[in-house]
Amino acid sequence: MKKQRRVGSRVFMALVFLFLYAPIFLMIVFSFNAGNSNVIWKGFSLHWYTELFQDRSIMQSVYTTLLVSLLATVIATIAGTFAAVGFYSMGRRARGALMTVNNIPMTNADIVTGVSLCLLFVAVFGFWNEFAANYRLTLNLFGTVYRITFPQLSMGFGTMLIAHITFNIPYVILSVGPKLRQMDRNLVDAAQDLGCTWMGAFFKVILPEIKPGIISGALIAFTMSVDDFVISLFTAGDSVSTLAMEIYSMARRRISPEINAISTLLFVIVLALLVINNVRESRAQRAAARRQY
Amino acid sequence: MKSRRSLFALPYVVWMALFVVAPIIMVVIYAFTSAGVTAAEIGDFTVNNFTGMGTYVSIFARSFQLAIIATIICLLIGYPLAYVMAKEGPGFQRIATVLIMLPMWVNFLLRTYSWMAILENNGLLNQFFDAIGLFDLINGIFGTDITFFRMIRTQGAVVLGMVYNYLPFMILPIYSVIVKLDRSLLEAAQDLGANSASVFRKVIFPLSLPGILSGVTMVFVPAVSTFAISRLLGGGTHMMLGDLIEQQFLGGAYNPHLGSAIALLMMILVVVCMWIMNRFGEGEEQAVML
Repeated sequence: MKKQRRVGSRVFMALVFLFLYAPIFLMIVFSFNAGNSNVIWKGFSLHWYTELFQDRSIMQSVYTTLLVSLLATVIATIAGTFAAVGFYSMGRRARGALMTVNNIPMTNADIVTGVSLCLLFVAVFGFWNEFAANYRLTLNLFGTVYRITFPQLSMGFGTMLIAHITFNIPYVILSVGPKLRQMDRNLVDAAQDLGCTWMGAFFKVILPEIKPGIISGALIAFTMSVDDFVISLFTAGDSVSTLAMEIYSMARRRISPEINAISTLLFVIVLALLVINNVRESRAQRAAARRQY
Repeated sequence: MKSRRSLFALPYVVWMALFVVAPIIMVVIYAFTSAGVTAAEIGDFTVNNFTGMGTYVSIFARSFQLAIIATIICLLIGYPLAYVMAKEGPGFQRIATVLIMLPMWVNFLLRTYSWMAILENNGLLNQFFDAIGLFDLINGIFGTDITFFRMIRTQGAVVLGMVYNYLPFMILPIYSVIVKLDRSLLEAAQDLGANSASVFRKVIFPLSLPGILSGVTMVFVPAVSTFAISRLLGGGTHMMLGDLIEQQFLGGAYNPHLGSAIALLMMILVVVCMWIMNRFGEGEEQAVML
């Protein structure tokens, strides 16, 4: 009876995983297709992979995606860690109010976040550009007159990066916060009693304690950045595009199988990293278990 | 000492004021004004953006209907899955969690595009049905003459796309609540004479409610505002709220004021959802994402 139920639950899990992975499997298979269809198999070839590396616009969009995700992750992780430490040394009321604001980008629909940032950028740049067009700074230094004109601004990589940082920081805070709560507060006091400055206490006591939270926060932030499409679409303007935006603009006509190829490559890289990490973790666990005996 | 460390949060507080609060204020301003003379200017106060939404009632209704259906299906699949997952060994659980998160590393547009190839009239699913002789069988019984099931460009396809994309967001919060349940509570219930059905109904289910609520919010909010999925799988005929907003900002029907009004309504919806969630207990603590 019990065994039957176990088999049933395994079958159910297998079906759900089949559902989750069928499209990905299909994408991998058809990246090796000789024809350009996603439906009809015409034989094995690496044609789309060679084609991919010659496609400037796709490679550029991959580069943009990785760059914006990496920069946003690094900045958001640092800023989020400091912010979390700050939040948890505040009173309960102040922290509660700030956490509510902090949760807004996470709970709001992506499209609302994207649209609101888009409005802000358009409005600010509108004012700035009008100002920049009408005024210039004239400096008279030692008889030479310098005319400084203000540059015209428009949405692009910078605004997209700001948007990514904005939606990444809450995830970092959310994963660092619980570690701070679990931490023994006396540790910091002890360090300071023993002559640590408060900065020293931060780097020597707090930071090592919350490191796992920081790492998982950074991982979540990077995942969110790579997977994001909606917020990037509204904040990137016309000049830059991420891989997702490239796919979206292709989807109106038809998507080139090169996209299958690049996604397969990215997927395999992530899979390899995860496997390596998992193996290392379980090895470390086994080693730790052995040391206990 | 304590107050000095709280200064660490100052840069982020300024950042939030600039890029979280200010944009929302912009949305509110745009929602209640009309278009100005030039693009950068805004016009007078008006509520026309809201009263004029009557023409879009069908889009609102469709969005909510499809999102609710998708959320229910996600719950019906996600809850049992999280439940049986939590009963497995720790190694199995870790691998299963990774497997659930992994598809997110392939961009969702691409996964959705893959579904197009599966659901197409001459797509893989119809080819499969053809190969096993399903169509011959149906034609033989009903005397019809069908060669494919029409699956793509239907509302069903849109729901499928939403379920597919948002299912992990349902499974993970529920799983993380169930896995942390106190085992001794279950044993106590069994010792006191509850059978496994009533243990589930009276102990496990009520205790996993925070996970369910967080999962429902995390599926419903993106589902009701989706726009790419409906475009790809619905063939553009089943417009949803997300499509409507996108058109007001980037599409042909440029009207950021109307778009802001719709976005504002969506924000209010989220606030209501969060308020309900917080009423059911420690929302902040239980809103475990990944």
